[in-house]
Amino acid sequence: MAALTREAAGRLLARQGILVAFAVFMVVFALANPRFIDIGNVAGVIRSSAILGVMALGVTFVVIGGNLDLSVGSMMSFSTIVVLDLHDTLGPALAIPAMFALTLCLGAFIGILVGYLKLNSLIVTLGMLSAIHGLTLMWSGGKNMDIADKAGTWFGIFGRGDVLGIPVPILIFALLAVVLSVVLSRTPFGRKVYAVGGNGTAATFSGVPRARVVFLTYILSAFCVAIAGLMQASRSLGSQNTVGQGMELEVLAAVILGGASLLGGAGTIFKTVIGVLILGFIQNGLLLMGLEFYVQYVVTWVIIILAVWLDIAAKRSRLWSPIA
Amino acid sequence: MTDATPVLRLEGIVKTFPGVRALDGVDLELRPGEVHALMGENGAGKSTLMKVLGGILQPNEGRILIDEAPVVMTSPLEAKGKGVVFIHQELSLADELSVAENIFLGELPRKRFGRVDWTRLYATTDAILKTLNVRFDARTRVGDLSIANQQMVEIARALTVSPRAVIFDEPTASLTDAEKVVLFDVIEDLKAKGVGIIYISHRMEEIFRITDRISVLRDGQYRGTLRTAETTEDEVTQLMIGRSLDLSRSPVRHALGKVALEVRGLSCGHLYRDVSFSVREGEVLGFYGLVGAGRTEIAETLFGLRTPSAGSIRVNGDEVRIGSPVDAIRHGIGLVPEDRKGQGLVLGMNCRDNMTLPQVDDLSTGPFVSDGAEVAIFDQYRDRLDIRTPGWRQIVGNLSGGNQQKIVIGKWLSMRPQVLIVDEPTRGIDVGSKSEIHNLIRDLAAQGYAVIVISSEMPEVLHVSDRIAAMYSGRIMRTFAAEEVTEDSLIQAISGLEPEKVA
Ligand SMILES: Nc1ncnc2c1ncn2[C@@H]1O[C@H](COP(=O)(O)OP(=O)(O)OP(=O)(O)O)[C@@H](O)[C@H]1O
Ligand SMILES: [Mg+2]
Repeated sequence: MAALTREAAGRLLARQGILVAFAVFMVVFALANPRFIDIGNVAGVIRSSAILGVMALGVTFVVIGGNLDLSVGSMMSFSTIVVLDLHDTLGPALAIPAMFALTLCLGAFIGILVGYLKLNSLIVTLGMLSAIHGLTLMWSGGKNMDIADKAGTWFGIFGRGDVLGIPVPILIFALLAVVLSVVLSRTPFGRKVYAVGGNGTAATFSGVPRARVVFLTYILSAFCVAIAGLMQASRSLGSQNTVGQGMELEVLAAVILGGASLLGGAGTIFKTVIGVLILGFIQNGLLLMGLEFYVQYVVTWVIIILAVWLDIAAKRSRLWSPIA
Repeated sequence: MTDATPVLRLEGIVKTFPGVRALDGVDLELRPGEVHALMGENGAGKSTLMKVLGGILQPNEGRILIDEAPVVMTSPLEAKGKGVVFIHQELSLADELSVAENIFLGELPRKRFGRVDWTRLYATTDAILKTLNVRFDARTRVGDLSIANQQMVEIARALTVSPRAVIFDEPTASLTDAEKVVLFDVIEDLKAKGVGIIYISHRMEEIFRITDRISVLRDGQYRGTLRTAETTEDEVTQLMIGRSLDLSRSPVRHALGKVALEVRGLSCGHLYRDVSFSVREGEVLGFYGLVGAGRTEIAETLFGLRTPSAGSIRVNGDEVRIGSPVDAIRHGIGLVPEDRKGQGLVLGMNCRDNMTLPQVDDLSTGPFVSDGAEVAIFDQYRDRLDIRTPGWRQIVGNLSGGNQQKIVIGKWLSMRPQVLIVDEPTRGIDVGSKSEIHNLIRDLAAQGYAVIVISSEMPEVLHVSDRIAAMYSGRIMRTFAAEEVTEDSLIQAISGLEPEKVA
């Protein structure tokens, strides 16, 4: 009997290791500082994680498909700068679709290189990280971008608005998470993403158009980046050229924290959302403890490594093979 | 056969996985100098038992005794230290390294300051290779070796210690006949040295050729041990599957329809040249030949994975260009590939999703996948092919080798392609299911499908085919009708001994 419960516990840990880690972490921080689980604080954390979260949703598809996307941070800067600039020239109603079109072009370019030309995604997106940064600077001339008439535009609703008392960024994140979760788990396209990332050769042998599937994961990722850029621009109504700098690593950390395999073929949207929240709450918890932001960098990464290690350790206790 | 004390004894081994009782109190006894066959249906627990013995899996219950002393083995290295070596069916070599480095991986001989002693490494390795009579040396890059030679490297790895017991898990699955002979010689040598050998295979003729005793597992339970010299194939089959096989059922020949697939003058570089053949609806065309004769490459071309350098392909009389598997499937061509792990399956995905992958679009309702329709297909083919799994949610990688193969077959059978190509369809499949798959192939033909069967097993080709194309070195040497073919003429044709004839 004791053995049985231990086995059951082991299995729970193996499957939901990251959730268990999350729960433990929340309890410890809440005990240390009750303000941590204050509803206002919780809503604040989710709200400030929403932009990162939206980007992580798209990258989840890319990673499950067996590739990486390190360009999302600088692509988000690009979207933000472009939509702010066009806001004053074209007006918000035209600026938004124009920005989406341009961002999707970038995604399509990466998708062609990685999907159809089969170039290594790490190299391509690392290159795009700096190339897009260059594009952004060319567009802005290196200056910060600001909306001239901040009081007279409706553009702020995506980042600052409320609907029924719920902040719009949270709504966008939640809605997108639900939609993309359905796409990934319930549509043929989602199934093919898992197949291509799990074993690309076998997917090809099963008539799955591997190149097109990879291409589409990058389109989807760029689409999410465009939404994130919109939220960012709308929140601040002005921006530096480097607003998204470094976010590609945080996004990747959230996706991996959620348990998607860097080798492809595994992961879910739900888990990525958990990963995003863990990351957000860690940073918030450290802030509440009054740590300097540079200490946070270190501690955040230590906690991420610990969480991933716990996850892998839990899986190993169940895995039958010492290899893999 | 002496009744010396056993080198190895297993007592009451139990091993469970979530939802599966893979081993249910198994006993086994291995004597020195004997070749002991382990047989059983796909999923009976053979590989699991050997993983327990090789230190890869820990049993839930039971004891392992070496020389009658209980031992605990927690890793393959520990097992090797105790003289138990496991030669896997799935090769686990590093392609980029030399033969010598692979053999001594993790235990390279050292000089002072930890530098590798290359001279000694190569000398020791060459000495071991010499006992195996192989034609490559210690410095060869492993990636350049054939599968059979890579297997020899695995065996050489086992010989770096003086083993007490060696386990072979389906070693001949991808070997040619000539390569098998070499392997059997090695086994004879080991046997003469008093090593106990456990040999897993589904091929009866091998079992009766080289083993001394046969132990049978069924559904994770030990069913008994027979002396090979005193038993028959039928008795072993009875023990394995609980009934005899009716092998007398000779395939029904029926009227053929129109030509479904016609290939004229097809060439692909040096892989094969000027290949022409056709298959009619309702016909099974066998491709027989040695490994490397170009059969798989033809199949891959028809499935859009290779671009031919010359020639034409007609489906239903219309010339088609097949640039990708997507094209092939659209033209009604399906392929069961020869390498199930690399080409056939997404191992991390569940059984159902693997089986329905090529038709996931067709099965969807609106924008969504249709669980009901997919499960229905899975259930239908699980029953038909007798796939042993606790349910469709099981990850394919957790299935036994033979059951994995059945998932690939089910995947393409359920597509009902007009032309189905099967490449080594029964590799690793137990005798009962094998005849079931042969029946399925015949049934498919009877329903008007055209089937191409590529196989290295002569009985299989002879049994299922209406016509047989014999290939040698990239050419079709001769095409036989089922009635006129003899084993001798077939062997002659595939060895290139016969002058080319047009059938
Ligand atoms: N890691 C695992 N997780 C869950 N089930 C497993 C795992 N490994 C094996 N099994 C199950 O245990 C049973 C025995 O499998 P095993 O591989 O030992 O069969 P086998 O006799 O070697 O079959 P085959 O002839 O097909 O190779 C099967 O039902 C298989 O699905
Ligand atoms: Mg097996």
